[in-house]
Amino acid sequence: MYPASFEYVRATSAQEAVDLLAQNADAKLLAGGHSLIPMMKLRLAQPAKLIDIGRIAEIRGICEKEGTLRIGSLTTHDTIANSELVRQKCSILAGAANKIGDPQVRNKGTIGGNIAHADPASDLPAVLVALGATVHMLGPNGPRSVAAGEFFTGLLETALEAGEILTEIEVPACCEDGSGCTYLKVEHPASGYAVCGAAAVVKMEDGSCVSASLCFNGITPTVFNAWPNGGPLVGGSADDATIAAAMAELSIDEPMGDIHASGEYRVALARAYGKRALIAARERSGG
Amino acid sequence: MATRIDLEVNGERHERDVEPRQLLVHFLREELGLTGTNVGCETSLCGACTVLMDGQAVKSCTQLAVQADGTSITTIEGLQTNGEYHPLQQAFWDCHGLQCGYCTPGMILAAADLLERNASPTEREVRDALKGNLCRCTGYHNIVKSVLAAAAGGES
Repeated sequence: MYPASFEYVRATSAQEAVDLLAQNADAKLLAGGHSLIPMMKLRLAQPAKLIDIGRIAEIRGICEKEGTLRIGSLTTHDTIANSELVRQKCSILAGAANKIGDPQVRNKGTIGGNIAHADPASDLPAVLVALGATVHMLGPNGPRSVAAGEFFTGLLETALEAGEILTEIEVPACCEDGSGCTYLKVEHPASGYAVCGAAAVVKMEDGSCVSASLCFNGITPTVFNAWPNGGPLVGGSADDATIAAAMAELSIDEPMGDIHASGEYRVALARAYGKRALIAARERSGG
Repeated sequence: MATRIDLEVNGERHERDVEPRQLLVHFLREELGLTGTNVGCETSLCGACTVLMDGQAVKSCTQLAVQADGTSITTIEGLQTNGEYHPLQQAFWDCHGLQCGYCTPGMILAAADLLERNASPTEREVRDALKGNLCRCTGYHNIVKSVLAAAAGGES
């Protein structure tokens, strides 16, 4: 199963990739290739040119800066899952990265490729939105940033514009500020994709909930953010009964349904796994 | 338009011109004649095409040969040394870790990546590490036993 023919060129810097994109309107960027190559083999994508960004060192790697983790877009899921820094300071991200696909996929797949593809059943989108991550891009007009919550705009659609390249994903070191975080997933047994993925980040202070975010993968065409404006746990004790009541009231319009799970079933999963994720996140929080 | 690649496969250097759309698995099988790497599902699910790229297990049906430029690849043919089976190959033999053998090269190379990171894995860890490899003969018990036996052999 070969992809259709294409021209191949390698970029050695993020700026060179942007320049090459500007010169080739129907080119696609190739990083790990684990979203793009399967699509090309199925002829769902047939780019005339591939710009290989897989060797650009400046957009790979993880560092900590001013209370946030900066993750280069070329960083693989395996590197994120096994990074001591990420495990200690943003455990939900390391945990979610470790749930993607299988070891071989994690060895090659990158965080940038994953979120640029924006598969609704992928694991990272809900986690990044729940964390309040920021996505950094470089384009013909220079660098630009958007909140993860505004990055995912629809089914396989993002705020990344033609001619732009993802450079860095910035996530808060949430495990250090008293927040607890958990990602739980019901995965499709063959593909590993999320039938339902629930990401919860809960911050408690003196027994009172200061903030709570809850986002889902796999339920709607893009990330479903249950509580974009704070939600019902804030200001209370976030005890099990309150969480259960909040999840019983969770309403999700137009959930996706397919041969694997009906929309109704996916909503039921979201309520059950949302509850478990919130309780686990609260228990892991410092307050 | 062909692209020149220069890579090491099983310790031997190869410089070849390849079509950019050529997949790594076809490069290994058709250009180099290394047919131990099998083509299974072709959709990144079954793991029959698993090889090591710079020591990490990858699915060679989901990599272009041009992406392997400059890397070091190990296929099943490259595991034995001086005619001696690799401990994983020996353990698969000893524990009857295969029936038809189609998934075996991929299973062994995925397990090699695991044992490189974790010399004494638990059964759970072995099963997790083989999540990307499917066996259609019997299931996985003897495969898991083989990997655990290879790990135990390496310790003694």
